[in-house]
Amino acid sequence: MLNFFQLILIYAGVYAIMAIGQNCITGYTGMLSLCHAGFFCIGSYATAIMCKIFGLSFWLSLPAAAIVSGIIGFLIGVPTLRLKGDYLCIATLGLGEIIRNVATNLNPVGISQIPRAELFGYVFMSRNKWAFIILIWAFVLIFYLLFQRLLHSRIGRAMTAVREDEVAAASNGIDVTKYKIVSFVLGAAVGGIAGCFQTAYTLTVSPASYTFMVSVMVLCTVVLGGMGNGKAVILGAVIIQFISYFPQLTGLTNVIPAQAKQMIFGLILVVMMVWRPQGILGRDRFRYGSARRPLFAKKKEAGV
Amino acid sequence: MALLRIEDISVSYGNIRALSDVSMSVDEGDIVALIGANGAGKSTLMSAIVGLVPLQSGTVEYDGQAICQSKHQKLTTDLIVKKGIALVPEGRHVFADMTVEENLDMGAFMVRDSALIARKKEEMYDFFPILGARRKQKTRSLSGGEQQMMAIARALMSSPRLLLLDEPGLGLAPLVVQDIFSKIRIINEESRLTVFLVEQNARLALKSSDYGYVLENGRIVLQDTGENLLSNESVQKAYLGA
Repeated sequence: MLNFFQLILIYAGVYAIMAIGQNCITGYTGMLSLCHAGFFCIGSYATAIMCKIFGLSFWLSLPAAAIVSGIIGFLIGVPTLRLKGDYLCIATLGLGEIIRNVATNLNPVGISQIPRAELFGYVFMSRNKWAFIILIWAFVLIFYLLFQRLLHSRIGRAMTAVREDEVAAASNGIDVTKYKIVSFVLGAAVGGIAGCFQTAYTLTVSPASYTFMVSVMVLCTVVLGGMGNGKAVILGAVIIQFISYFPQLTGLTNVIPAQAKQMIFGLILVVMMVWRPQGILGRDRFRYGSARRPLFAKKKEAGV
Repeated sequence: MALLRIEDISVSYGNIRALSDVSMSVDEGDIVALIGANGAGKSTLMSAIVGLVPLQSGTVEYDGQAICQSKHQKLTTDLIVKKGIALVPEGRHVFADMTVEENLDMGAFMVRDSALIARKKEEMYDFFPILGARRKQKTRSLSGGEQQMMAIARALMSSPRLLLLDEPGLGLAPLVVQDIFSKIRIINEESRLTVFLVEQNARLALKSSDYGYVLENGRIVLQDTGENLLSNESVQKAYLGA
């Protein structure tokens, strides 16, 4: 029971980091991308290869994973981000699958026995879950703060404008393509970092863990929590992981079929779209003019 | 001197030719109107000026510099806008989920000087008092006329030299349209801002303008001063219902 609870916390952390990246793409800039599993995969593989084959430490592979995912995101983004709405969605969906299939064809078994992460001589053993929980959630916090800052910056303001109305954004002097790419690359890089943590925890990578379902789950997380709201997507990640592991947590694996999870996600998406399209917590309004006040200041946004 | 010069531009959407060899010019400090029926190509011409649709042939020159050219069009919309052209797109295109104030801030995206932005905003609130009263309201909750004023104010935030207005009277009550046109005239007189507008309401547009062009099926068929066009027989027949 406690074991599963810890597992949920770890995966919720990994998904929260992914969801922060997806939120940058979908929540801030309004691009419906469905290839986060691909970036997750690239980050995982980059970490595995760096640690195992090149013998680099986990802490060096972390930025490397982000950079590799970011570069792939850029290469994917430049041609596809001209597309809008459904077309972008389909193109990214395909690209996510391409990444997974490339990984499968290179090595269907994946990579295992990856060296463990270390910090000041402390080795993160997979048995000791609390250490991982602290490590991952520390990074969730870091990325939450960074992306919160981004949202309330000039770049975030441009992204918001692009999401709201591309024609209006362009006619106000905002380079729409540039900010779409920036947003996509940042989201991809963060997705890669989530992959890095996944590898550090499981110590294996296998192409089977980066299916389309992962992308859907990440999108679901963002929609459930609230698009464009950092706190909300983290909450969404916890809820989604809790639902995922609910059968194991309650010991009802015999009663609840594994497919029930996917049905529940589908149901959540539909229910949210109909009754609460803004997500559980709703959108975090950008506040550029007053962005310089403390991050944890009380919300005193005047109601409309 | 012509601030904006359009030379022989053609635009097609697939097989459909929207503009054929259109040439015109807008002199600095003038209000120039382009009138025409639905589907004449008015909005296409506006979009072509700011690079939202590609040209098939011809050149758009602004302040002596080519900003759009056929085939190898160099500038994207945001760069054209940075040169001092502000566009109020057709159908307003406001940021509906942002407040009036945030919309105006967006209009000043290119301006880095926050004191100037604050001053400009106050100017806009003085000039459009209704926007001042509603500055904290979401734009979605504004009426059509108010949204149009806000779209104009937002365009003025970047202190442009040339203001492009695409159908400022679209879907608005006649009194509101008159109000908007009187504001446009005041802006033009006070700050010598050059205005190029496209409008279906030909009478009002020509009355407010120094010069006018008539667009029909993608071609300029008439051009003259606003007054002369108003008294032109064929214009009266086709557009003024006389």
